[in-house]
Amino acid sequence: MLEFHNVTKRYGNGKPAVNNLNLTIKKGEFVCFIGPSGCGKTTTMKMVNRLIDITEGTILVDGKNIKEQDSVKLRRSIGYVIQQIGLMPHMTIRENIVLVGTLLNWTKERKDKRARELIKLVNLPEEYLDKYPHELSGGQQQRIGVLRALAVNPPLILMDEPFGALDPITRDALQEEFKKLQKELNKTIVFVTHDMDEALKLADRIVIMKDGEIVQADTPEEILRNPANEFVEEFLGKDRLIQGRPDVTTVGQIMNSTPITVQIGTTLKSAITKMRDGRVDSLLITDSDNVLKGFLDIESINNNYKKASKVENVMETNIYSVSQDSLLRDTIHKILRRGAQYVPVVDENHRLVGIVTRATLATLVYDTIWGDGTELEEIVAQAE
Amino acid sequence: MMNFFATHGNELIIKTWEHLYISMAAILLGVFVAVPLGILLSRAPNFADRFISFIGILQTIPSLAILAFFIPILGVGKLPAIIALFFYSLLPILRNTYIGIRDVNPAVVEAGKGMGMSALQSIIKVELPMALPVIMAGIRLSTVYLIGWATLAAFIGGGGLGDFIFDGLNLYQPSLIIAGTVPATILALIADRLLAFLENRLMPEGLKNSYETA
Ligand SMILES: Nc1ncnc2c1ncn2[C@@H]1O[C@H](COP(=O)(O)OP(=O)(O)O)[C@@H](O)[C@H]1O
Ligand SMILES: [Mg+2]
Repeated sequence: MLEFHNVTKRYGNGKPAVNNLNLTIKKGEFVCFIGPSGCGKTTTMKMVNRLIDITEGTILVDGKNIKEQDSVKLRRSIGYVIQQIGLMPHMTIRENIVLVGTLLNWTKERKDKRARELIKLVNLPEEYLDKYPHELSGGQQQRIGVLRALAVNPPLILMDEPFGALDPITRDALQEEFKKLQKELNKTIVFVTHDMDEALKLADRIVIMKDGEIVQADTPEEILRNPANEFVEEFLGKDRLIQGRPDVTTVGQIMNSTPITVQIGTTLKSAITKMRDGRVDSLLITDSDNVLKGFLDIESINNNYKKASKVENVMETNIYSVSQDSLLRDTIHKILRRGAQYVPVVDENHRLVGIVTRATLATLVYDTIWGDGTELEEIVAQAE
Repeated sequence: MMNFFATHGNELIIKTWEHLYISMAAILLGVFVAVPLGILLSRAPNFADRFISFIGILQTIPSLAILAFFIPILGVGKLPAIIALFFYSLLPILRNTYIGIRDVNPAVVEAGKGMGMSALQSIIKVELPMALPVIMAGIRLSTVYLIGWATLAAFIGGGGLGDFIFDGLNLYQPSLIIAGTVPATILALIADRLLAFLENRLMPEGLKNSYETA
């Protein structure tokens, strides 16, 4: 649908604003460009509808080189939404919505029909068609800005920080609406933002840019799970990585890797000592290869102390464990639902590698709410 | 007073008409030249500022000197008078057109371009309508000045109400001076009101309550 091949843009002779960019965007894909201010997002976007000339390389829209097309015609076939909205203040909402239709010499009836169809999409009453932009709130104006881009049903829409100037509540509402709309209409969207939450919420794929180059282009999940480098991590922010954790974190990442264990062959007597020293009421039992065999709790020791002498004689072998590679989000419910105090964590060979206790989960929840605790320390320090 | 009207009534009407004719011709010429030139200048902002200052300096040359300057080139009569006045009408209209267009919200122009307006469509459908109030203010200002300056046309045989004033000065007849000055002032006031009305009528509906959208 949209392809960048070795695209470079230089303003003047300085260092390139966009440097050798390669990217392919599929039909129907919602791609967010994100990066610090000045990293070349707007430049990249504006090269697509030729508001900015490409210095080197080619951009293909639907397989056709944009340089070989008439720029005015090209722009009419690509939707365009900007942060400053840019509605024509001297035109009615109706005229604004179907402006591209006017440029394409649509009949009055056709434009009128289309305007009424479109305004329904954003749940504004038809009477608004006869109003002027200044009579609408900022959020309503940008809804019209989006409709205007949809007027002649272009398959590709470019949006440069379209919700950036709106207050957070309105922005949230528009994001929701727009995501829904995009799914229904199956448009290919290139969306520039500097708001990571927005990108995570909307994008099928996030393209992170820095100094005119792509640092990472992946699904939101993949970016949270495997940030390509420190820059991406920093850009995501620690808070978000912690928040993102329940989604993509594996059990192995959060487990306590020093569970208290005894080996097969241990006597009950020394097992009790171990329990007392470790201040636990239950022990995990492994063989000499560290393979999990079962567990033993204080009650079964009490009941069988006289009958048996070795742990393997009294241990419970029916033990629930989780793999260290399983996702926390898939596991956490199981752990909690079973009502178990803890769950042993094993590797692919069923060797014991750690343990997840209720306390581990509590710490995780605590981190999510409070961050990693530094804030709390600061508060405490200030109080003192 | 009645006596004056009895002897000069007809002449007064003719001179007033001449006066109006000279001024309007100069203003119309001014609009036809300065508005397109202003649009052109708005495409070359670096050059525009220098060009407008240059015209501003030219206009500080006293009007009489300019009128006198045109005599050897164009002779005497209405045409040189109109051309000289036209020259004076240029600056306010040019400057206001340039500023009006330059100050059109760039987001609106960019949105228009991004949606596929050609340069001409952008000027006609977006930039001119939005700059219209400022351009009209320039035309109004120019008109009022010009109706005043048109009295000087008499100096190079252009006619108009200035004839009365020059006769009055030559013949030491204050009534003639008044007969030239008062109608010229009234003309200027009427023109100002008419243009204000026109400006209001031409002002795009959506711009009436506020110039800005977001
Ligand atoms: N018209 C221009 N002339 C010169 N430099 C520009 C121009 N537009 C953008 N730049 C430079 O190119 C770089 C990328 O800009 P831009 O694409 O607007 O970044 P972003 O949208 O990511 O904030 C910046 O360093 C900016 O200063
Ligand atoms: Mg930008």
